[in-house]
Amino acid sequence: MIELSHVTKSFNVGKSNQFTAVDDVSLAIEPGKLTILKGPSGSGKTTLLSLIGCMSRPSSGRIRLRGVRTAFLTTEEREGGFDISSLPERFLTEIRRTTFGFIFQQFNLIRGISALENVMLPAYPTLESHAAFQARAKELLRLFDISRHAASRVEWLSGGELQRVAIARALINDPAVIIADEPTAHLDSKLSREFMEIVATFKAQGKTVLIASHDPIAYDSQLADRVVEMRDGRTTADRPEP
Amino acid sequence: MIISLNRHRNIIDFALSSLMRRKMKNFSLLAVYTLIVFVIASLLFFVHALKREAALVLADSPDMVVQRLMAGRQDLIPAAYAEKIRSIPGVSTVTPRLWGYYYDPIFGANYTLMVPAKPTIEPGSILVGAEVSRNQRVGVGDMVAFRTSAHTPLLLTVKGIYPAASNLVAADLIIMSAADFQAMFNFPETLATDLAVTVANPREQATIAAKVVEALPDARPILKSEILRTYDSIFDWRGGMMVVILSAAVLSFVIFAWDKATGLSAEERREIGILKSIGWETADVLFLKFWEGIAISLSAFLLGGILAYGHVFFFSATLFEHALKGWAVLYPRFRLVPAVDGFHLTVLFFLTVLPYTAATIVPAWLAATTDPDAAMRS
Amino acid sequence: MMQHPAIQALLISSLLIAGMLLYAAWYGAKILRTWDLHSGSELQLQLERRTYLISSILGYVLAFQILSLFLFIFTADTLHSQFTGAMCAAGSLNANGYGYPTLFLKIATCLLAGVWLIINHVDTRGYDYPLIKVKYGILVVILAPLVIIEAFFQFRYFQGLHADVITSCCGSLFSVDKGSVGGDLAGLPAAPMEWAFYSAMAATFAGGLLFCLKGRGGYFFPIASSVAFLVSAASLVSFICLYIYELPSHHCPFCILQREYGYVGYALYASLFGGGVAGLGAGALMPFRNHASLSRIIPVTRRRLCVFAMASYLFFALIVSCYQIFSPLRLFP
Repeated sequence: MIELSHVTKSFNVGKSNQFTAVDDVSLAIEPGKLTILKGPSGSGKTTLLSLIGCMSRPSSGRIRLRGVRTAFLTTEEREGGFDISSLPERFLTEIRRTTFGFIFQQFNLIRGISALENVMLPAYPTLESHAAFQARAKELLRLFDISRHAASRVEWLSGGELQRVAIARALINDPAVIIADEPTAHLDSKLSREFMEIVATFKAQGKTVLIASHDPIAYDSQLADRVVEMRDGRTTADRPEP
Repeated sequence: MIISLNRHRNIIDFALSSLMRRKMKNFSLLAVYTLIVFVIASLLFFVHALKREAALVLADSPDMVVQRLMAGRQDLIPAAYAEKIRSIPGVSTVTPRLWGYYYDPIFGANYTLMVPAKPTIEPGSILVGAEVSRNQRVGVGDMVAFRTSAHTPLLLTVKGIYPAASNLVAADLIIMSAADFQAMFNFPETLATDLAVTVANPREQATIAAKVVEALPDARPILKSEILRTYDSIFDWRGGMMVVILSAAVLSFVIFAWDKATGLSAEERREIGILKSIGWETADVLFLKFWEGIAISLSAFLLGGILAYGHVFFFSATLFEHALKGWAVLYPRFRLVPAVDGFHLTVLFFLTVLPYTAATIVPAWLAATTDPDAAMRS
Repeated sequence: MMQHPAIQALLISSLLIAGMLLYAAWYGAKILRTWDLHSGSELQLQLERRTYLISSILGYVLAFQILSLFLFIFTADTLHSQFTGAMCAAGSLNANGYGYPTLFLKIATCLLAGVWLIINHVDTRGYDYPLIKVKYGILVVILAPLVIIEAFFQFRYFQGLHADVITSCCGSLFSVDKGSVGGDLAGLPAAPMEWAFYSAMAATFAGGLLFCLKGRGGYFFPIASSVAFLVSAASLVSFICLYIYELPSHHCPFCILQREYGYVGYALYASLFGGGVAGLGAGALMPFRNHASLSRIIPVTRRRLCVFAMASYLFFALIVSCYQIFSPLRLFP
């Protein structure tokens, strides 16, 4: 479903502080599986996630997606795979919105507005009516057992609640792929295990999950179908299921 | 169409909630913005109201006034000129007029004295404007002492007072009989201040004016349309100059707005980064900023406009009257008739909202083009 | 030069608009030179981001320019009392040689900006931005220079205005010597224009229907629509105004914006402008209809534009017919 071939991402090209965050990575990510990117901080995991998640464009190399649901592609382009590496940001965003759900290390919730609104935010620029996605957001909050906090501002919530709001937000547009960047970094072990349990339900629903982590609770988990190790912007070892 | 409205409704929703979350910052912006709109709106409304007032005053003045020039200065005109002018074809009436100014040394004020053509007022009595009655502290039936040009006193009885409402001209007015007027200034009976001429066909006015000059080379005809035009032009000119002066204020406001728009707080930057990372497109963030701008502009425009309306039409533009009305001891105290039209609102929009909007385009875009992956890197 | 708050407002706004367009054109030229979508270089990413700014600027420019067109007409109308012989805006615009050219340039730039935004809208929906060179070419080569010329003409127009005021030496002699500005416009003869108007409308509807139903005549419709636009504009002066004013000789196309005539001018101009822009836009998209990434977008957009243009013209023609039927004025016995 996601194929990377010889993908490189460099910053500050031509300047003295040029550096290459992702260096010639080729990778295929299977649909419906949990893939874990493992590696120390600064190894290029986050950059690779942002490339896969259509947040930025590679300096060179190709990224092909299959099975995206965006309106601007024809059916055969969607099913046959489509090269996104030179798409303008406008279209990358559309793919990202419809295909990917993100869970960030810092949760990245907006302070000052309610948990419910935070969950609904990714759906605001879509063409859906407010009522439709509000119903969905409430359903998600109920699912994660935080309905009672729906109207509370996010700064009043505990770490575990924040985590679940962030997950609910990632799911609001019903994405096929969930991308999580160091999701357990700010959680204690109990909450981290809870998170992995939620990931298990994603897998059960047939979603593709991609996690970047250097937390053993994540990469040593029984759920992981594949662990890709990264160092200095390159994939070093590719270890199938442990 | 309906569907794409959904998207805008959602974004407007968020724009409003985002404005409310930064009350302090937006409140100071709104206050300055409102002040600018208020000042410029007051100016525009006031100039417009004055022009209307002048036009109303001139509405009953004669089509043409003929003066006599002597050595380049206006002089008294012989009443005999009236006959000559009356004989020009197309002229309907010619009326000699008597009017002048009187300085009251006790109260330190200037009055305008006029002798009405009709209805005539009987010798010994006068009608006064509201400000004169206030200034002299006289009411109907009281006697007023004037000093003639021979420095002898002249006692006249107030027979009536002009109402105070809407009179830029009647405020300092004293109406008296021809006999009193002539006695007061030792005014020769064969002369008049000027001649009021009415012309049957308005299109012939210019031709008749030319004929007057031909027949009476020392006469100077002035058309009502010319007076009106001159008034308009003077008021417009004053208004325009004030706008030029105020443009410095608008400019500093624009710089202020630019500064507010570019100087995003870390929190705002973070928010936009989050929005972009969770699937908001640059264009969506631009719309967000657009709606925020609309909300601020609309509030400031309405608030400033309403305040200016009150200021001009209920408080008689206290802040501007000296700059725009001219100076006099006897200020006409009048309430302007409320008059605002689409034209002035458009001009106001151009002078305030347009510079603000232009100043925020680039900052909005800078904010909107935050890297989508910025949220991941923080 | 005359001083008036509205004159200052117009001068400031045209300075802003021209400045914004110049800025946009500067980056437009850069995009024309170095655009390469397949490159992932930082320069390319920056240019792509600039396109948002330029679209956003052009959107504002169109809005401001339309407003400034109306403000210009209002201002000319307000100033007419300052000129001997001028009865309304038509007279003030005649006060010097820059009045009408400024007006026409304002109309032209509004139309062009509208068409540009249509092209832009379509282009941003094709994932490889296929029209990028075309649209920035239009921006840099046509639109920006026109707007700058317009700003200059407007400045010269206001600079050349002098009110006929009383001077201390003379009163009305001034008015007599100077002569007066042309008070009114002369229109084309009414009878042939009525024929031309209804023929052009009929041709546009025929072309539009043919296009919408059968998908043929992709070039005929925009041409017919443009002709209809010009003929309608001429007809406004020639006979439509006469029916509205109920006067056989007042040809001024501006007084219809006044309250006395129920502000009908706004409806007429809005529908005419809508029809003109949509028709032109449909034509401008024609050459690119076979482009891969636009092959699904252009036909839909063109059909919509076509329907919109027809609806606008229909509205326009209906208003005109109503006036012709219900006006007490009869031009032809």
